Amino acid sequence: MKEILSGNEAIARGAYEAGCLVACAYPGTPSTEILENTLKYKEINSSWAPNEKVALEVAIGASFGGGRALCTMKHVGVNVAADPLFTLSYTGVRGGLVLVAADDPEMHSSQNEQDSRNYAKSAKLPMLEPSDSRECREFTRLAFELSEQYDTPVMLRSSTRISHGKSVVELGERVTGLPAPKLEKNPAKLVMLPGNARVRHPLVEQSLVDLSKAAATLSLNRMELRDSKIGIISAGICYQYVREVLPQASTLKLGLVHPLPHDLIREFAAQVETLYVIEELDPFIEEQVKAMGIAVIGKQIISLCGELTPGRLRTAFGLPQPTVIEMEKMPGRPPNMCPGCPHRGVFFALNQLKAYVTGDIGCYTLGFMPPLSAMDTCVCMGASIGMATGVAKVVSGEEKKKVVAVIGDSTFLHTGINGLMDMVYNNSPATVIILDNSITAMTGRQDNPATGYTLMDDPAHAVNIPLLCKALGVKHIRIVNPLDLEETKRVIAEEMERSETSVVITDKPCVLIKREDVFQKGPVYAVETEACTGCRACLKIGCPAIEWRPAGDGSKKGKAFIDPLLCTGCDVCRQLCKFNAIGSTK
Amino acid sequence: MSHDIKNILLVGVGGQGILLASEILSEAAMLAGFDVKKSEIHGMSQRGGSVVSHVRYGTEVFSPIVPEGEGDILFGFELMETARSLPLLKPGGTVVANDLQISPPSVLMGQETYPAGLANRIKGQFADFLSVDGQHLAAEAGNVKAANTVLLGVVSRRLNIPEEFWMKALEKMVPRKAVDVNKKAFLMGREL
Repeated sequence: MKEILSGNEAIARGAYEAGCLVACAYPGTPSTEILENTLKYKEINSSWAPNEKVALEVAIGASFGGGRALCTMKHVGVNVAADPLFTLSYTGVRGGLVLVAADDPEMHSSQNEQDSRNYAKSAKLPMLEPSDSRECREFTRLAFELSEQYDTPVMLRSSTRISHGKSVVELGERVTGLPAPKLEKNPAKLVMLPGNARVRHPLVEQSLVDLSKAAATLSLNRMELRDSKIGIISAGICYQYVREVLPQASTLKLGLVHPLPHDLIREFAAQVETLYVIEELDPFIEEQVKAMGIAVIGKQIISLCGELTPGRLRTAFGLPQPTVIEMEKMPGRPPNMCPGCPHRGVFFALNQLKAYVTGDIGCYTLGFMPPLSAMDTCVCMGASIGMATGVAKVVSGEEKKKVVAVIGDSTFLHTGINGLMDMVYNNSPATVIILDNSITAMTGRQDNPATGYTLMDDPAHAVNIPLLCKALGVKHIRIVNPLDLEETKRVIAEEMERSETSVVITDKPCVLIKREDVFQKGPVYAVETEACTGCRACLKIGCPAIEWRPAGDGSKKGKAFIDPLLCTGCDVCRQLCKFNAIGSTK
Repeated sequence: MSHDIKNILLVGVGGQGILLASEILSEAAMLAGFDVKKSEIHGMSQRGGSVVSHVRYGTEVFSPIVPEGEGDILFGFELMETARSLPLLKPGGTVVANDLQISPPSVLMGQETYPAGLANRIKGQFADFLSVDGQHLAAEAGNVKAANTVLLGVVSRRLNIPEEFWMKALEKMVPRKAVDVNKKAFLMGREL
């Protein structure tokens, strides 16, 4: 049967067909939908972990128990999971284990564009790279087989264009006859103490050599000889652009990007006049080909930064560009916090208090944008708290009071807890605001250990965040309603003044939560036009439901208007209007 | 070879239903026997940002994104986003645009103004420009929410996909209780 699937859907399908029993992940764009799709197969136990390290450890356990396991994450998630990953290549697997890393060249929704292929090389494990959804299904299946055959975890590298691109996929059946999982002790293989690890390391190196040799005959790697003037080595999405833009060129299409098939590369290089490597981000293949003593052109024509496009590839090869219409610059349309978003009031207060805000990763990172403009740093998941401690260590007494960390519920549970533990332990005076909106919102509303539900929608214990903070030793814990501007500002100001660690927790849910009884839309608000003086105070919160309508007489005058279709009745704008011009329609 | 490839761009604002429309189009193309690829960016775009969805179909499709300046049809759900994406279109391409303006944050806050006269300027560049009051026609078909489907019907006239496959795609992709009204809305657009 044929279906149009996204790369993520096809990876989930491939895992299902491979007999995968466990799938575990922390959500991260562009990888999130893989687990939302393994969920559709009742044979797979799918779960969200609090972070990528735990997700990988769950998958490792499932593999050691004898079941096939899938673990997925975005590229930066691999940094979090790197600790178990580097030793996992030494232990190898029992049930096949596949780790999907979804890269984000061009940073459509990420803070950096690191190249996950480097992990395969430094952690010494095989990596496959599909070039469309059909290969996502096929390679995922094959990755499980290679994992068991070579006794190693296998990485599958995707990218935004692969994960979120869709193409036609021929579906297969789920394999049967795999051995049933059963406890089996094997400490020499699975207990990585020096004595055992020293025995394992040479096996890892040998397995990569064996795979590199076998790679010449694997169907994953494919030599396609056309015109011999230009020969191009490429993998993943880049292969598609090469075929699109340079249809006559000979290609060596790699499905296995680590280890590289050296014999095949030599054979291909010998048959073409000029050899190129076309790859996004790092010169990963290029450097290895050069190390083989083969002349090759790569990064001198393809940027180290951003993603490749057919147009950029045309430019790289000096091909003519089609004529296009020039348009003047128009107002941008950046993403924005939703109408009624409970984060808005907090950032409004932080802006007014002139706080130095160490930020974190989530929808609330949008708090850095005007008019709220109240975030000063964003580095990685969970960084806000540790960084607040560090900033407060070096600045003077009065400035210490300005330091506030802002972190969401899901990010706090991901890697924020350790930072808070350190803050209390080392007696930092900084203030932490936990924006608890009861969901992992930015990646599309996933549950987490504090929401009371699992990925499979089973009721679960919900972590009590205030009690958790108390257990870590925080003495001052305040819970505020972020939709009450005055209270929010007063409480944050009081806690900023304090010379001990304090935590402020907001308790209003994300407006996008669909589960009943969580978010309730209130009656819609409206502006009473006669009472509106056009002072623009309500525009300072940047709510998409509030529009400035110019008087139309060429002056700077105008009035505010609330879009009844967008308003959620959060009441925040009413609190800003000194002229009582805004009120509920009920 | 890619000379028989149809390149369609669907553009608008996050939350307008662009992804569903591009899924219906892709499904219809696959049912008609074509190879199909489609690409778009999720994530940040869910928060009211610009959305561009690429759909390509033909005998064999390589790149999932439409090469710059090779778009055959620009299918705009919002006027300014339509204008913004014109550089993706080939000269002489087709523009089908919903007659709808959604102000971005800087315009809502009164810092910038929504560009004036966009429809006329698009018309000046592209002779095959059709501006459609999708909401109004959808209301006539029985549900204002079917505006995208009206536009899809308009676009369908310019594509080599037989009507039966559009109907099958709608049956598969649209919630069951909305199938009839969507089919009606589609045919209304197709006759424009």
